[in-house]
Amino acid sequence: MGACRGPHASLAPALVNRRPRTLLDRIWDAHEIRPGLVAIDRVMLHERTGAAALKALKSAGRPVVRPAHVFAVMDHIVDTRPGRGDGTLMPGGEAFLVETRAAARAAGITLFDVNDPDQGITHVISPELGIVLPGLTLVAPDSHTGTQGAFGALAWGIGSSEAEHALATGTLRVARPSAMRVDVRGRLRPGVVAKDLALHLIATHGARGAEGMVVEFSGPAVAALDMEARMTLANMATEFGAFSALIAPDETTFAWLEGRRFAPRGPLWEAALQDWRALRSDPNAPFAKSIEVDADMVAPMISWGTSPQHSVPVTGRVPSAAAAGLAPETHARALAYMGLAEGQPLMGLPIDGAFIGSCTNSRLSDLERAAAILKGRRVAPSVRRALVVPGSQAVKRAAEARGLDRIFRDAGFEWREPGCSLCFFAGGESFGAGERVVSSTNRNFESRQGPGTRTHITSPEVVAASAVAGRIAAPWTLP
Amino acid sequence: MPEPFRRLTAAALPFWPDNVDTDVIIPSREMRGTGKTGLAAGLFANRRYRNPDTREEDPDFPLNWPEFRAARIWLAGANVGCGSSREHAAWALAEHGFRAVVAPSFNPIFFGNCVRNGIVPVVLPREVVEKLGSPVTVDLETMTVTGADGSTHPFDLPEEARTMLREGLDPVALTLKESDAIARWVEADRRRRPWAWRDLVSAPAAGPADQ
Ligand code: SF4
Repeated sequence: MGACRGPHASLAPALVNRRPRTLLDRIWDAHEIRPGLVAIDRVMLHERTGAAALKALKSAGRPVVRPAHVFAVMDHIVDTRPGRGDGTLMPGGEAFLVETRAAARAAGITLFDVNDPDQGITHVISPELGIVLPGLTLVAPDSHTGTQGAFGALAWGIGSSEAEHALATGTLRVARPSAMRVDVRGRLRPGVVAKDLALHLIATHGARGAEGMVVEFSGPAVAALDMEARMTLANMATEFGAFSALIAPDETTFAWLEGRRFAPRGPLWEAALQDWRALRSDPNAPFAKSIEVDADMVAPMISWGTSPQHSVPVTGRVPSAAAAGLAPETHARALAYMGLAEGQPLMGLPIDGAFIGSCTNSRLSDLERAAAILKGRRVAPSVRRALVVPGSQAVKRAAEARGLDRIFRDAGFEWREPGCSLCFFAGGESFGAGERVVSSTNRNFESRQGPGTRTHITSPEVVAASAVAGRIAAPWTLP
Repeated sequence: MPEPFRRLTAAALPFWPDNVDTDVIIPSREMRGTGKTGLAAGLFANRRYRNPDTREEDPDFPLNWPEFRAARIWLAGANVGCGSSREHAAWALAEHGFRAVVAPSFNPIFFGNCVRNGIVPVVLPREVVEKLGSPVTVDLETMTVTGADGSTHPFDLPEEARTMLREGLDPVALTLKESDAIARWVEADRRRRPWAWRDLVSAPAAGPADQ
């Protein structure tokens, strides 16, 4: 009966069209074949799991459906000592390289081999080469794939079977994750970097603060970050428990990508730009969770325990279980592992090792900031081992062109070939048991950098300053 | 392809600290080959052995106790399987004979890896998990877990995960049945976003990426 028809019948389509959407929704909607099945634009493989995925596909008699959209690189277990070949310090590691190479060739995918001029850590080379682009879906069998979300692409880490699925079908079966917004107000103070912001966020809201969600970082402090800093921030979202991270692409993003090897050119670049400029969350888009961070309150940070959540300002002390919001057993175990006591200041703790590298902090600007601190200084004799591992061949070349390698070497750092290196212990090279290491990486889990190794994660600046002091130190405290 | 799972009664390993990451489940050093097998002996290696090299067992770790050596169900803590996304964790568990993990919460990647490898991921509250005892029954027909004391607890699984586990299905085979829908999406997308298709973008310049 006409009078009872109600307004919703006629207004429904308009409401649907105007429903405010998040950036995640926009990318997801563009890729959803049906709910639960999404198209995947790019797949990146590495030698640690790449051969396994390609071999499993082959033995099932399934070809890679779009080899031009698949890339593989040697980064995880490849040796990073100068003069390297296929040999690895990880027992049996060479087979991973040899088999990945053979499988990549057979599948017709692009491979960045051990000493290819474009080789490097997956999440470093993908942006450098314009493999990741705003609005794409990209997956890799690696938990820090969300790093590439800094470009406004939906990029996430998958397991090997999912990699097989993506390779064979160009799709993944995956439910739409929910969206979370982290709005960063104000501006980071001078001397405070993206790594500090990330550790501050995780220490404040917990290692599960974004569990299973896609975190969109927004706000003036994020817009002010350059692309390398945005990648550091997005990289650490994994340690926040996130499914992935997103940062809406802007002119900074476009300028960074233009002309990259695999980026579109000419009229297609213009078409892409038009699409990319629409990639943002609507003003009142529905986020499942939303938090605000005041960038001005962030201080240089360092971890004291065995989770990135266990972090405090570098000028701080080891907190009590209550202050850290931890169960007493968890707190006690972390302290025992790290050889620390409640109330101890972080600054001044003697260190045995220093590591600058990883997909978190191994880009040119990271190396530049560390080198600025090391210039004219030397690593303390008590530090057994200090090394810097550029994230890619391109970073290494650019750093060498600027003379950074010389500064690092003169200071007493080893200058390595690109790769993941001592970011994680693969069974070969490691720091020693009980050794205290300051590291620009993203994980301080037990035995991450070697059995029994005590890792403190922090910015490249604090790693450099601590290496010079022989103790955990802030750059401004160096003589 | 995993074996279909309907109902299983088996010894249940009690090892439930929170945040047991994939490196605890299988240390990277134990991932020796490029394939999915040969991993069972490396399961929990850093906890299970006093000396992982000589395989000298640690008598304090429950997997070494007679009643849990043949455990096929793992009673775990919150956020189980966090850390690296390595699927080896699920492969090692499966190869060792585990067919179910019961925990207050799962890392989402690990949850998916369990399903794909025939391991039923069961979410139950911590108080329940810690009181289940051994043996435990996991039933995918009734969607319940029954503890040693006879108490029965319902649990949930996404429908697709349940189907895959019950039928022992391979997800690739499932998806390839939808090839027509995928092809239609591809055709439309090539018109909508030509810049995303590498064969439509001019050939890449060779050489290094320096800018
Ligand atoms: S650098 Fe470290 S965190 Fe990044 S991909 Fe490599 S191993 Fe993983």
